Amino acid sequence: MGGRSLKPHYDAIVIGCGMAGLAAGIRMAMFDRTVLVVESHNAPGGLNSFYALEGRKYDVGLHAVTNYVPPGAKGTPLIKLLRQLRLRREDLDLCPQRGSRVAFPGVDLHFDNGFASLGESVASAFPEEIDGFRALRAHVAACDPFDASAPVLSAREVMGRFLRSPLLTDMLLCPVLYYGSARENDIDFDQFVILWRSLFEEGFARPHEGVRVIIRALLKRFREVGGERKMKCGVRRLHSEGARVTAVELEDGTTVTADAVLSTAGALETEALCAAPDPAARSPAPESGRRLSFVETITVLDAPPADLGAEETIIFFNDSERFHYERPEALVDPRSGVICFPNNYDYGDRSLDEGFFRVTALADYDRWAALGSDAYRAEKEAWYPRLQESALRFVPGLGMDTVRAHTRAIDMFTPCTVKRFTRHIEGAVYGSPRKHRDGTTRFDNLFLAGTDQGFLGITGAMLSGISMANRHVLSRG
Amino acid sequence: MTKEECKQVVLEIIEEIAPDEDLEGLSHDVRLRDQLDLDSMDFLDIVMELRKKHGIEVPEEDYPKLASLDSCAEYLTPKFNAVKAGA
Ligand SMILES: Cc1cc2nc3c(=O)[nH]c(=O)nc-3n(C[C@H](O)[C@H](O)[C@H](O)COP(=O)(O)OP(=O)(O)OC[C@H]3O[C@@H](n4cnc5c(N)ncnc54)[C@H](O)[C@@H]3O)c2cc1C
Repeated sequence: MGGRSLKPHYDAIVIGCGMAGLAAGIRMAMFDRTVLVVESHNAPGGLNSFYALEGRKYDVGLHAVTNYVPPGAKGTPLIKLLRQLRLRREDLDLCPQRGSRVAFPGVDLHFDNGFASLGESVASAFPEEIDGFRALRAHVAACDPFDASAPVLSAREVMGRFLRSPLLTDMLLCPVLYYGSARENDIDFDQFVILWRSLFEEGFARPHEGVRVIIRALLKRFREVGGERKMKCGVRRLHSEGARVTAVELEDGTTVTADAVLSTAGALETEALCAAPDPAARSPAPESGRRLSFVETITVLDAPPADLGAEETIIFFNDSERFHYERPEALVDPRSGVICFPNNYDYGDRSLDEGFFRVTALADYDRWAALGSDAYRAEKEAWYPRLQESALRFVPGLGMDTVRAHTRAIDMFTPCTVKRFTRHIEGAVYGSPRKHRDGTTRFDNLFLAGTDQGFLGITGAMLSGISMANRHVLSRG
Repeated sequence: MTKEECKQVVLEIIEEIAPDEDLEGLSHDVRLRDQLDLDSMDFLDIVMELRKKHGIEVPEEDYPKLASLDSCAEYLTPKFNAVKAGA
């Protein structure tokens, strides 16, 4: 950065300065590999970055850092991550949630960090299912989601062996799918196991100053170990000869070479950068499912949400008989979604300067992308209150009038925003429904990490970067 | 280098990669994995730190030789001494 010139050759080049790219870069640079991280956007963070608008700081995505465990816990993904990156727990300033809820018509499931409240909540709302629920939990605990030889199963099918109630099944799936399924209405069982643990057995936290704390910690570490970054200059092409990527051409025309290239841009996105197109990829096989994206509304309030009647951290809501996690036949599907009040974490004696109220819902990229700029603006304006209104039905303490009276500023993003800032095809937040678990590609020295490798979310993306760097670069001597 | 010194080096590396572990009172003849919360990622780091800090190469087929402090000392002490002699 800062005009420093690039070396002609690196041990490894990483495409993308998001969570996965930075984590991979740190690992490789830590062990004396020369590493260049290349990012097309001017800001680091990717799908979970931050920005300022009219003097106010916003997080792009962050509702919750999953996988929260209290100090002293052992062997969980968060602990592994800290160790592998040699970060201190304090560096991430993780403050635990106050309590969350899954809200369906007439039934609520409450959950908190650690499992106890969810268990109690299921026992009281679904007494006839509690044995099945406990057996499901035991089954999840016994599974090894990293066993590559295990067959890929549908989570719904496996849950069906333990639970009779489609309502309970939908209620448990709602947070799991929203926080990490690239597939419509279901998720692979191994991913379900990872997410179940990260949401229900472990839990939610947030740094007091939001995602920038995590990004800053990663950047600092990356600098300390000698990594280099090139920002605001994407990779234009990957040149290859036979089964090897031989050169990386940047958008400013520079060409650099590397022994290994790790891409966090996505599988098809990366294929599209390859100068010699794969004949098989030219007419891409259907991806066995449509890509999913979201809209999000952000409302800045002049008071903490708790003072206005909303004390919970995250609420996953659905108003219909069945839960539909699918690409909507409309711009937005307001029937279900996720509400987040970032103020409602336990920040100790600190608090946020303003109140925040965020709502996420499924959206259709094609419909948003087809709008002209006036229509796009008009639709945003129309959907903002509709989505808020839909969500507030599930926050009994907080009415639309109160929110209106206390609103200081608003923002909203659509699948087009996600596409613009991260280049993910169709603004797909969780990437392609098809994952590439081993991270390999048709080139011997090009590997995938992050979104399309398999693990999702902030913690998942970092672990993906770490494990792909370990496996494909560091273990190879 | 003595075997005791070699164990000390290994302990220093473990302390660096797993600062949340308590290394007091470890049995030297029991597998580290059975006494500490170390997984394969951590063992990879032990190997990489040995290379980075001390120029010692541990091929993958020899990873099992790092199981306990005693076996580490047995396996690594000659390597340390060979590196020293070569330097
Ligand atoms: C609205 C929203 C809310 C979310 N909320 C949460 C949450 O509460 N908790 C949670 O854990 N997760 C959340 N996520 C998901 C989480 O942000 C992602 O799973 C994670 O950040 C993915 O990281 P990644 O590094 O794999 O991919 P990305 O962040 O997409 O990183 C890829 C990077 O590659 C860059 N790139 C692409 N093409 C090129 C090119 N040709 N050259 C150079 N650079 C390129 C992109 O600009 C991008 O920066 C949310 C996501 C969104 C969008």
